[in-house]
Parts: sequence; structure tokens; C-alpha cells
Amino acid sequence: MKTLAELQAIRDRMKDTVNLRSGSGSIRAVVGMATCGIAAGARPVLSALVEEVSRLGLTDKVTVTQTGCIGICRYEPIVEVYEADKEKVTYVKMTAEKARRVAEEHLQGGKVVEEYTIGAVENA
Amino acid sequence: MKELSLNILDIAKNSVKAKAKLIEIVIDEKDGWRRLTIRDDGCGMPPEMVATVTDPFTTSRTTRPVGMGLPLLKLAAEQTGGTLSVKSSQGDDHGTEVTATFAMDHLDCVPVGDYAGTMVTLIQGSPEIDFSFTYRREGGEINLETAQMREILGDVPLDTPEVLAWVYKSLTAPEQP
Repeated sequence: MKTLAELQAIRDRMKDTVNLRSGSGSIRAVVGMATCGIAAGARPVLSALVEEVSRLGLTDKVTVTQTGCIGICRYEPIVEVYEADKEKVTYVKMTAEKARRVAEEHLQGGKVVEEYTIGAVENA
Repeated sequence: MKELSLNILDIAKNSVKAKAKLIEIVIDEKDGWRRLTIRDDGCGMPPEMVATVTDPFTTSRTTRPVGMGLPLLKLAAEQTGGTLSVKSSQGDDHGTEVTATFAMDHLDCVPVGDYAGTMVTLIQGSPEIDFSFTYRREGGEINLETAQMREILGDVPLDTPEVLAWVYKSLTAPEQP
């Protein structure tokens, strides 16, 4: 693979910053990735979150993780946001586009995107 | 599932749950047939579970007693005239192997889809596990070995965003050696 040299370059660039990352973030964004989530389109939602968290420079503050079935499959793709001392926020019927907005407004800006939350969608 | 890559992501997650250390994914296209193999060295399943594993009412999930992962892959294979088989062992050579075959010229054959996105997602979700991915098709072979990446990366974790971006790029690069 001709690009292995590029991987070496990433290592050289990253090795000094690894310690920064290991102080895992205070915010956790969890994407449901069981059969139901995957079939509903969770993979692009997860990719968008990972990309945006990196692009916005939030990797030391926000950890993006995957989980299994959350139990409300009709609302997949689902993203749950956990933050210490705050109530869990559940975003439902997500898309990559919505995930980018959540990254910017909520994960970076601290403001919940109400219209995507389960409460808003259930009452719609 | 709209793409085979999504089935792969779904089935490989069973291997993660089985505490595999190495998960091998091979897509082999030859003579009009696509053969998908997902092999792990996880804890394996007892024979009675293997016998019923493609039944939707067999599942390891705890939220409800229905699991659609393998049934959906079986459907995707059989609707093209292909087959699905599951082998598993809990002995010394413990692990599970899922093989599915697809007639590629069949109208109902789902496309492979975004296999690079699937590999990125698997590595992001389980950076501590090793993945081996091979896609053999007419005109070339694509291969990714996280063990080899680990050797180069040293302490830099596989789920570093720059590394994940590299994985995506190297799997989708038009020119493979």
C-alpha cells in the first residue's frame, strides 16, 4: 500500500498530542448501532459526528461512541448526549446533516437542538 | 439493508460482542459469484444456538427477543439464489465463521456499497480489536490490516480522526497496488 508513508506521517504528527486525547471528554455522544440503527442509517450519522467533532477541535471534550439497541427502534438513528450534571438528551430520526448541526450547536455551543429531540418528535 | 456493507457492519458487531481479538472480512468476486466471509476468534456459540441462529427469534440482544442481523443477511443471499452458512466452535479453536454467497448478476443482488465507511465505523467502535479486510474483485485486490497499521502508529490509537480518515482514503483510492 503506497499510502503507508502517509500513516507514518500521521504518527509523527500525532505522537505528541496523544496524551491530550487520553483525558477522555466530559461529553459523550452515543450512537445506536444495532441492526435497527444500521438499517435506519446510523453509519453516516456516526461518521458525520466523528468528522465534525474533529473538525471543530472538540476531541478533548467530546467522545463519540457506539452502542447496541437502545430499545426504541422506530426512532432510529438515535444519538444520546451525556454530560455530567445534566439530563441526557436523546436525538431521534437523525441524519448526517442533523448530526452536523448537533455537533456545532450542542456539542460545541452547549445549546440543545430541541426540534430533533425525542420530546419534540413525539409531540409533533 | 440497502448495501452489503451495512450487513457486514452489523454481523461484525456480533464478533465484537463475542470478544474477538481478530475479525477477518473477505469479499471475493469470481465467476459471477460474490462470496462474503466474516471470521472471528471470539467465544463461539454452542451447537444449539448455531442451529437456530438465522431464526429472527434467536438473539443476543436484551431489549427484546428478536434479532434480525443474520436473518437479513440470509435473505440478501438467498434472494439471489445464494446461501448462508454459519460455523462456530467453543473449543480450542474457538470462533465463528459466517459465509454468504450472492449471484452478482441477479436483479435482487444488493450492491457492496460503502465498505470503506463500514471499516472506519468498525475501527472507530473497537480500536482495540484487529481487523483484516480483503476485497478481491476483477481488476484488483484491496487489503487493510490494522495489525500492520498498529506497528506503524505505535502509541497513536486507531480511532484518532486523522487515522480514520486515512483508512477511508486508502480503501477508496482509485489506484491500488
